[in-house]
Amino acid sequence: MTSTELPVRTAPASQAAGPIRELAITRRARGGRTNLTLGENRVSRVLALGALAVLALVWLLPASWALLTAFKSEADASDPAHWFWPRHGFTLHGFSTVWERGDLPLWMLNSLLISAAVTVITVLVSAMAGYAFSRTRFPARRPLFVLTVAAVLVPPQILIVPWFQQMLTLHLLDTYAAVILPQTVAPVMVFILKKHFDSLPDELEEAARIDGAGHWRIFWSVLLPLSRPMLAAVGIFVFIGAWNNFLWPFVSTSDPALMTLPVGITSVKDAYGIQYAQTMASAVLAALPLVVVFVFFQRHIVKSVATTGLGGQ
Amino acid sequence: MSSPHAAPRPGATPVRRAVPPGLLFALPFLVLFAVFMVWPLVQGLWMSLTDTSLSAHAPSFIGLDNFTEAFGDAEMWRALGHTVFFTVISTVPLVLVALVMALLVHTGLPGQWVWRLAFFAPYLLPVGVVSLLWMWLYQPDLGLYNHLLDVVGLGQVAWLSDESVAMWAIALATLWWTVGFNFLLYLAALQAVPDHLYEAAALDGAGAWRRLWSITLPQLSRITVVITVLQILASLKVFDQIYLLTKGGPNGSTRPIVEYVYDIGFTGYRLGYASAISYVFFALVLIASAAQYAALRRREK
Repeated sequence: MTSTELPVRTAPASQAAGPIRELAITRRARGGRTNLTLGENRVSRVLALGALAVLALVWLLPASWALLTAFKSEADASDPAHWFWPRHGFTLHGFSTVWERGDLPLWMLNSLLISAAVTVITVLVSAMAGYAFSRTRFPARRPLFVLTVAAVLVPPQILIVPWFQQMLTLHLLDTYAAVILPQTVAPVMVFILKKHFDSLPDELEEAARIDGAGHWRIFWSVLLPLSRPMLAAVGIFVFIGAWNNFLWPFVSTSDPALMTLPVGITSVKDAYGIQYAQTMASAVLAALPLVVVFVFFQRHIVKSVATTGLGGQ
Repeated sequence: MSSPHAAPRPGATPVRRAVPPGLLFALPFLVLFAVFMVWPLVQGLWMSLTDTSLSAHAPSFIGLDNFTEAFGDAEMWRALGHTVFFTVISTVPLVLVALVMALLVHTGLPGQWVWRLAFFAPYLLPVGVVSLLWMWLYQPDLGLYNHLLDVVGLGQVAWLSDESVAMWAIALATLWWTVGFNFLLYLAALQAVPDHLYEAAALDGAGAWRRLWSITLPQLSRITVVITVLQILASLKVFDQIYLLTKGGPNGSTRPIVEYVYDIGFTGYRLGYASAISYVFFALVLIASAAQYAALRRREK
């Protein structure tokens, strides 16, 4: 069944034929070509559109309701008689109260710093290892790679206790290093990048070697620039994972000044009690960064999930 | 240096040449891997054989006592049961709903951008936000869902505080939150189905349903297996949303095995026993992986 090759495997080919493939997807997405799966049947088109609209409504409803709550006054938010539309109109009071407390911007900054550090380290280290496993020879290369692939099966959840013990011994609890370092070990990304380097043609590298380029030059100036789409896909995936990671940052930090957004935001409920408008305002503000990024980089994010999401299966 | 044999460069010392460059490239990863993956795995195994605790006393070796205790621990089996139950009731809809969404969006109806945003955007929300949102939606007196049930004349539901409902409510929130990921994987697979299959079917006069059953779904069978495997492994690791929505309650009726590890280790301070339970959980994950691998291999043949 070669026709069902997964996107991971076809990624390099689609890179070569980049513009053509992009075009095909856009055209299909706009409904510009004859619709192959649905046909010309008007009834089925209307039915499909109806089903899609209902599903989308169900999926948009929770967030819309939260948004509505965030713009209400506290009195309106907890008034069961006017549960949908507020009696006294909309207000920004919830947002301003939450923002002025100051911890939300701090958590965002922490999340940004930590996720950026995790992403840069993971992508660089995994790409170097992927290159080493794909293009070089050294003793124990095979067994080390097999070990790396096997490690994909290890759920990070079982490492929480030893990581904690480790950080306790090293006196690193409540530091950025403690939150960042364990997250940078990504065997699956090494595997994906190794496969990616395997798929690149040898010729360019040969040419560079004849010109006297060493391994670092070949890696940095020849292969990495060629791999930009793949690196972006891996980077986006790692960033989203780090941005939303909860358990380890939750266990490794107790100092509010070091909390990331997913951890900090959970303390909001206890802080505000039954102040629903303020709680929802903080939820909306916390959700905003990645949703805005998604709106602008939709195509890249979709492609990143499609290529790395399967973990090189 | 135009000669292809120009290996020994003038600056390279004998020591540098002794280390293969490939190893230098792999080294940063291998160091991190050894320190934060291999070593913790070994240390966790060692701790599971000791009575290590967060209190001051020095740990001592107690053999397999932790494992003996774990296998006789009714709470552990209960937590394991919750994890498996959650995995079943979340995986089925997370695969099926994603498939339906992708099939509908792939028909090329107008508004692609809106559909993708609606279905995928929740996946980008941090779990803290998801839990605040769903606690508000499930709020008994003021929440959206009980109001909607009122409107259609049905009784109110104690979503997160009724033992028979709570896990389903959590699974529903999880479906809303993460289905977009599987949806995108399906969408990518659909775009890879070759057009000529549909063209041939159209020439043969096959209708839309016929093409769905005879071409699209068979072409998606492989990706469906892969998505199901990934989903099962992801669902087995559930902790975050349960911990934040119910803290494992009411009466521990939703506590998954990962939360049991957390509770034993960080609330009960028994890191040794928590490590032993971690390894029981690891065994469950490995068994699930092995079973799925075997199933995949058999299908492939």
